[in-house]
Amino acid sequence: MKLSFSAEDEQFRNEVAEWMANNLCGEFEPIRFRGGPGDEHSFVEERKAWEQKLAEGGWTAIGWPKEYGGRGASIEQQVIFNEEYARAGGPGRVGHIGETLTGPTLIAFGSEAQKAKYLPGIRAGKELWCQGYSEPSAGSDLANVKTKAHFDETQGKWVLNGQKVWTSLAHESEFCFVIARTDPASKGQKGLGFFLVRMDQPGVTIRPIPQLTGTSEFNEVFFDDAVCGADDIVGEPGGGWKVAMGLLGFERGVSTLGQQMLFQSELDEVVRIAKRNGAADDPAIRQRLADAHIGLRIMRYNSMRMMSGGEDGSLQKEAMIYKLYWSSWHRNLGKLAMDVLGPEAELLEGEPYELNRLQSLFLFTRADTIYGGTNQIQRNLIAERALGMPREPRGAN
Amino acid sequence: MEFSFTDEQTMIFDTAEAFLGEVAEMASIRKSMETGVGYDPSAWDRLCQEMYWQAILIPEDNEGLGLGAVEVVGILERMGKKLYNGPFASSAAVTLALAKWGSSDQKSAYFARLMSGESATIAVIDQARAWSAEAVSAHALQTDEGLRISGKYRFVQHGHTANLILVAARMPGTSGAEGIGLFLIDADAEGVIRNRVPTMDQTRPLAEVQLESVLVQPEQCIGCVGNSAQALTQLLDVQAILITAEQLGGAQASLDMTVDYLQDRVQFGRTIASFQAVKHKCADMMLKVEASRSIVYYAACVIDEWLAGRYDANQLAEAASMAKAYSSDAFFFVAGCGIQLFGGVGITEEYDIQLYFKRAKATETFLGGGAEHRERVAQMLLAGEC
Repeated sequence: MKLSFSAEDEQFRNEVAEWMANNLCGEFEPIRFRGGPGDEHSFVEERKAWEQKLAEGGWTAIGWPKEYGGRGASIEQQVIFNEEYARAGGPGRVGHIGETLTGPTLIAFGSEAQKAKYLPGIRAGKELWCQGYSEPSAGSDLANVKTKAHFDETQGKWVLNGQKVWTSLAHESEFCFVIARTDPASKGQKGLGFFLVRMDQPGVTIRPIPQLTGTSEFNEVFFDDAVCGADDIVGEPGGGWKVAMGLLGFERGVSTLGQQMLFQSELDEVVRIAKRNGAADDPAIRQRLADAHIGLRIMRYNSMRMMSGGEDGSLQKEAMIYKLYWSSWHRNLGKLAMDVLGPEAELLEGEPYELNRLQSLFLFTRADTIYGGTNQIQRNLIAERALGMPREPRGAN
Repeated sequence: MEFSFTDEQTMIFDTAEAFLGEVAEMASIRKSMETGVGYDPSAWDRLCQEMYWQAILIPEDNEGLGLGAVEVVGILERMGKKLYNGPFASSAAVTLALAKWGSSDQKSAYFARLMSGESATIAVIDQARAWSAEAVSAHALQTDEGLRISGKYRFVQHGHTANLILVAARMPGTSGAEGIGLFLIDADAEGVIRNRVPTMDQTRPLAEVQLESVLVQPEQCIGCVGNSAQALTQLLDVQAILITAEQLGGAQASLDMTVDYLQDRVQFGRTIASFQAVKHKCADMMLKVEASRSIVYYAACVIDEWLAGRYDANQLAEAASMAKAYSSDAFFFVAGCGIQLFGGVGITEEYDIQLYFKRAKATETFLGGGAEHRERVAQMLLAGEC
């Protein structure tokens, strides 16, 4: 256990910092520090272009094995990359779902043909992905998905029907990975398939969901006889749950570090304002600022422990608390930001409903403790899987 | 950067767990807390002679094991689980002070004594509410024979049994952070009077130490006489980090024993572990234990970096205050929830959770609690120092 980086890693750090300084400028200057959660709707075209710029420099998918176009970067190097990316003000990555979820999932569970077909587009920053998990009746109870997939022999294709919801970036994405029921008589975790579906087709309709922030990061996605190829199912029909859960393991991986850098810049802003407007003289606010600082540092060491452990995406104890920890921390930061602003928290940037960054943080962090498994579900999982306490009884249906 | 333990460290910790399982069963902890010494001297001897734990921090040049704070913190965590009550943490803090500031003569003399089984502790404040250089009230007077120190110290961990006491004293006519010296005195030197004081946490003996014109020679001065305020602050930070390791272990044990109890206790025809209100409380407890683990391990690494001169006093201070603030609150939360979840038996003398609850509060107030350390972090944060 040690904190220092090797000379080789420090050299890598310089390489990243230099590349960012030389490239995140000019036409990309306006997108610095933009496009994070709650701000995902901004500068999408510019951020798509940036994704390709990154790819040209070899800075997408750096953690993937070299044979799939990655750098095979070590955990240390991925940490360094995320730190330097954020330090330089690197914008929210529109390609993050493909790079951190689809890619690792295909590398672990996909066929060689699927890897050849999809990984290069992700690696090149040209094909964006979204996630088709939740449904109106499958929120916390994800295994209750109703979207159906059947194989149409005449077309030689899988045909999907149903509705997904809370799909972020759906309107910007080329592809969606979708969990759908391959066995219509099945229930729960059995009888599911994991599909790779092209979004630009007649059977797919996207409807943005207006949120409390006045923006629409999330969408509803309707599949009406949407199709994907016979070989666009990952794993076996009926074996989709295993793939879907494996993917959630990757979700708790290194991508969390980039998120933390964003949190850091938010906290820095709150501290700056507190110093400027006198809030920092209030002992109660000082306590909360310190608490936020300590909490974020702990988050960093939580994830360093998480990443220094098993590399198979399996969940250790520190990984089990991760979501509950960061979502609660972030929500508290949103509230602290408003309390630091005081009455100014109420005044918007402009019409019709233009929030500043901290107002947006305050409102959008209320989603953090809900999506990706609510805090209540997280507590169930921790109690049951980490502490071995009895499982919640299930309803009759 | 590597944030997991090496195979060697894991082996050391497994051995520690087995050894403590043998010498620090709750029955023997409870037995020893009734004695005047407050811990089991025979277990302490074995810890020094068989396990060589006092040698962990001592460099190989001084015939020690040449390991670091990470190893000590891992052992302290396991001691905390057992509420082990021997003088290991305070001795380790003094060992680290010697390793950082001791002359080579001091090292060879004192390290040999520590490895032979002598214990050491630290005495800083008397009436003050908080530990700091400013709060030092004992005085050093220059006489013809050398410096003579007088003053009273309270809250001295194992002060009644320690062989060596590292004391802070101020030079005549100084105030604030000026004029502070650190001196390593023999507990049996003339003019040293010490008495154990009764404590709410029976597993953590504290003493009052009175120095009446105790003579110290130049070779007993640690660092620079009259200019040791910064060293004292760093020493207190190191000591605080070591305590957080015990807090982490105590919190983990409180959680484990609570969950075990909940799995057995049946009400309304089901184990009470099956109630969601109870499960969610336990999930919150585990979150705090794991978060505490992350910051404690980080702080342990910081001690090693600081010892090697790669991290400065500010980084040590930040790590210590972050760890002490979080782990103090976490342990108290977990032990407090533990008592609640045990229900009626939680407040009985018979069940052990009450001992952990007391340990939580005792280690929280010692060297400053959450609010105090958060204020210190806030000052650093607002000054742009962290």
